[in-house]
Amino acid sequence: MELIIFKICLVLVLFLLSITIAAYSTFSERKVAAFMQDRIGPNRAGPFGLLQPLADGIKMIMKEEIMPADSNKLLFILGPAISMITALMTSAVIPWGPDITIGGEKVQLQVADINVGILYIMGVLSLGVYGIMIGGWASNNKFALLGAVRASTQMISYELAMGMSIVAIIMTTGSLSLGNMVEGQNGWHGMGWNIFLQPLGFLIFLICAFAETNRTPFDLPESETELVGGYHTEYSSMKLGFYLFAEYINMFLSSAVITCLYFGGYNFPFMDMVQANTHEILFALMCVGVFLAKIIFFIFFFMWVRWTIPRFRFDQLMNLGWKVLLPLSIVNMLITGAVILYNQ
Amino acid sequence: MQSLTNRSKVVSNKKMTWTERMYIPAILAGLRVTIYHFFKKKVTVQYPEQTREHSQYFRGRHVLKRDEEGRENCTACGLCAVACPAEAITIVAEERKKGEETLYREEKYAAEYNINMLRCIFCGLCEEACPKDAIYLTTTISTSDYHRDQFIYTKDMLVDGIKDVDRIDISSRRKGVREGAM
Repeated sequence: MELIIFKICLVLVLFLLSITIAAYSTFSERKVAAFMQDRIGPNRAGPFGLLQPLADGIKMIMKEEIMPADSNKLLFILGPAISMITALMTSAVIPWGPDITIGGEKVQLQVADINVGILYIMGVLSLGVYGIMIGGWASNNKFALLGAVRASTQMISYELAMGMSIVAIIMTTGSLSLGNMVEGQNGWHGMGWNIFLQPLGFLIFLICAFAETNRTPFDLPESETELVGGYHTEYSSMKLGFYLFAEYINMFLSSAVITCLYFGGYNFPFMDMVQANTHEILFALMCVGVFLAKIIFFIFFFMWVRWTIPRFRFDQLMNLGWKVLLPLSIVNMLITGAVILYNQ
Repeated sequence: MQSLTNRSKVVSNKKMTWTERMYIPAILAGLRVTIYHFFKKKVTVQYPEQTREHSQYFRGRHVLKRDEEGRENCTACGLCAVACPAEAITIVAEERKKGEETLYREEKYAAEYNINMLRCIFCGLCEEACPKDAIYLTTTISTSDYHRDQFIYTKDMLVDGIKDVDRIDISSRRKGVREGAM
């Protein structure tokens, strides 16, 4: 019973955390963009402009809701809903910290430690395409449809390379559970991160993560300059807000997955010495803090790249996905396999 | 063929080398540039709180000056209106009556003096044309508004204050000072 209450609390906390981080991502995106362009950025709403996300949210909700006359009403609403739900679902399997004891019982800081965690993430990610595809199709607009087609093509293409680079990680860890994967990286005083074993795999995964979240240089589905707004051209009010929000939540959770898979999750240098000298709860909080810091760095990296690199052309995108990343990830998998076989 | 100017450049269209096609070094170089700008000093001027300093000869909105005794200098000769390339100035002249000597310096004065700020190009030719030291451009920025009719500045908006403290300082713009500076 206690366990269920704890998990429900965890779910609520995670939900609020995702929403808050996504809201502040929109704000920090504008700040980062401004800083990289030698500007200051939003600083009028509240101290340092910290209330800007609130103002944006209120604006989004208050805006008039427009539905195209010839659109499919049900699917039109379903699109952003699916996007939002799938974006939020990913956080369920991410291990946020080490186990803690509550009332003499060991509990994991994870909503569900399912033994196919990484497969679950891949599955939910591919479901996310439906949100964009359905929304773009139901809009009854050529720009929206083109954006949706681009989005689905891109996501399906890059999922292959992504899956292949994850296979290499699964081979070294010997488990599909994200919890085990993170625990497996605490060797060398908490520095046995997979990035040192799988640099090529990390690079491929990172590029694919950019493509999966529709971030620059792979933001072709939205590409304001060519497609007006891509799949959300016809959307207004909070439905548009949901699409944009889902993108930022996706960014947050891909950063979390990257951290879990390659940067040791909540592991940090000399954590075994810290663990021996501090209280269990304090130690768990430290781990969560480290994990969040790593995630925030990756969110910043996503933004940093966005304001550095221009957009790909669609044929270049397909070339990179199919002719470069997929073969490279297969080679990476074969090398990993050979090394494991040699070490046996 | 010999080029006509020495500005032509040879454009190379050679294939990229293998390292160049990896793109990663180029991307890292780009990331370095953006992070350098991230920590650079920002150029933004936070306008209402901070203002950029104007030139001494900045040409802003107009002022109609009074003399030391508080009498209007303008004699409604119309030279400013003639000089104005945008035809922004309209004047209605009137004769000074007995008892108005404290109000107007000359025997003729401008009963109406309108400047259409939508037409005005702030060239300062009115200031140069004026023989009576009556009109000057100040360093004040002319304000914006929501309606077009608000932009026709009438005499009561243009004339300088009577008290010394209300007067706008245009000493740097007086003809002698300016020529001396140049």
